[in-house]
This record gives sequence, C-alpha cells and structure tokens, in this order.
Amino acid sequence: MKDSSFVIGGHSFVSRLIVGTGKYRSNGEMVAAIRASRAEMVTVAVRRVDLDRSREEGILHHLDPSRYFLLPNTAGCYTVADALRYARLGRAAGLNDWVKLEVIGDERTLLPDTAATLEAAVELVADGFKVMAYTNDDLITAMRLEDAGCVAVMPLASPIGSGLGVVNPYYIREIKRRLSVPIIVDAGVGTASDACVTMEQGVDGVLMNTAIAAADDPVGMARAMELSVRAGREAYLAGRMQSREIAVPSSPAAGMLDREST
Amino acid sequence: MTTTGHGDGEAGATVVGRGRREVSIMLNGRPRSVEAGMSVRALLRQLKLDPGMVVVEHNRRILARGALSGTEVGEGDRIELVHFVGGG
Repeated sequence: MKDSSFVIGGHSFVSRLIVGTGKYRSNGEMVAAIRASRAEMVTVAVRRVDLDRSREEGILHHLDPSRYFLLPNTAGCYTVADALRYARLGRAAGLNDWVKLEVIGDERTLLPDTAATLEAAVELVADGFKVMAYTNDDLITAMRLEDAGCVAVMPLASPIGSGLGVVNPYYIREIKRRLSVPIIVDAGVGTASDACVTMEQGVDGVLMNTAIAAADDPVGMARAMELSVRAGREAYLAGRMQSREIAVPSSPAAGMLDREST
Repeated sequence: MTTTGHGDGEAGATVVGRGRREVSIMLNGRPRSVEAGMSVRALLRQLKLDPGMVVVEHNRRILARGALSGTEVGEGDRIELVHFVGGG
C-alpha cells in the first residue's frame, strides 16, 4: 500500500520522525544525531540568554532554520499565562507561527494539565498560531483539542523522558481512529522497538528527544529510530496478520513421507 | 564618584562621574546599572548580542526587532532576553 503524504497545518513532510534538541552532551553530537535521524521538524525551547557565558549558546548557531523546520515549545510551563508568554516569545524570533504547546500539571510525572492545555490552545489558535498540542492519551481531551483548531494532537506514549514505550496502545489507536488532524505520539519512546510499535498503531508520526539524546551512541540510536519509524509505518500500511494463541504450521501437512496416501 | 540623583528630576536615577546618569534595571532576573537614555538595541550591542538572535521582552511586552532602537531603557525596567536552546 502506498503511503499518503504527511501534512501538518498545510506543511508537507517526508519524515514521520520529529526530534527534540535537548539533553545532548554537546552541540556537535546533537547536530550529528539529528542529521542521522533524517527528521525535518525539530523542537526547540525558549530560555533566557545566559549573560555570563562568553560563548553564544543559542541553538540557531548550530541548526540552520532553512534546513530544519524549527518548532518552538512551551516546555516547563505550568500555567496558561506562561504557555502563552513562551509561545509568543518563540514566535517573535521570527521563524514561524507554530508552537508545540505543553502545559504541565505535575512535576513528578510531567503529565499535562489538560484543562489548561485546552484553554491555552483556544487562545493561541485565536492569536494565529499553528498549535501542535502535547496531551495525555485521553480521547476526550484529544477531540476537544482538535475542535479548538490544533493542527496536530500529540498524545504521549508514556511520561516524558521515561522510556516506558506505549503504555496504552488501544487509547492511541482510538484517538487516531476518531480524529482527523495528524496524531503524533509525543514522549515516552525508549528504544527502536517502541517507535516501531507506536507507528504500528497507525499514528501519523512520533516525536522523541531523550531516547536519542540519552543513548550511549545518539547517532546510532537516531539511525535506528529512523529505520524503526519507517518499519512501523510500513508494517501498519501492509496490514498485520491476525494473531491467535495456537500454532498453525507454515509448511504443508500433506506430502510427508512414510504416510499412506489417501 | 556615584551619588543618588534625586535632584535631577528622575527618581532613582544615579549620577555617575562627569554627569553621566545611570538607571537600575532588572536584566534576566538580575539587577544591573545601565546608562540612562540607552536604547535596548544599544544594550544588546553592549552585551555583544546579535539582535537577530534574541527576543526582547520589555516590562512584559515583546519588543519587535524594529522597535529596539526606538525603545529607551528606563529606571526599574524589567528586561528579559531570550533565545532558542535545545529542548524536546
């Protein structure tokens, strides 16, 4: 089955893998891993310039915005007001009017505050933003975010940075079945098999950061993720066999030696 | 020599040396003295920051790049200078 193109908010992408830029040991390693991932969309955070540092550490010195689609996030925001403030600061950088909206509700799990996320989404959409909303794997919130005008809804696989993989594939599948906007699973993928399983649920893409950045060899893991996202997508499109809890031989039962022919 | 310049009209401004006045601002959460009347663009130049690479929030209002030269830094201003860093 031929794949359809992957379009978010009118923007077409070839790669279904979106990667973050945080937590790398060095900028050189980050750039090499992102190149190996073949991702086109890359998330960035908005933070204070460190005025004590002599060297400019802004990410635009390392990633060319004409080569990568940079998606500013509102990571670290716990209130609607903060999320709006960070989103607007990100937009003022002048790259685009997109935002990866994140409003966190709990420090231990970093689970989203879905009520605040929805409220912020409504405001940002009205303000002209293209909002890609990070949310939990709850169908109702996902539907509300779509109704609010988000260009993509991004349920988590499991908590941010946990590497636990998809804890609830059924909910992810149901969200994909019920919404029309692209569904991108954001957060929780730990290794290549997780990414593959995620894509096998039929979602449009995966967003990850720690799984690549915290690997022993981020460049190697980025390559593995690129392959597994494509493998999972192709497996989904190919349509898997029915699973059953009994063996069925692959070779013919007929034609075995020393048996009487009928 | 530094004296508090309450006599010169602007409360809280400070007279420095040969009459050059300074104002106290909060810059990225830290107190800092800058020359009175300085534009935000001049402040960025002093900090060796490329105006194309940072976003300025001046008293909670985002300053468009075109407004950097025409905006003066005043006593008690709260200025935030932000940019993109690695994040997920």
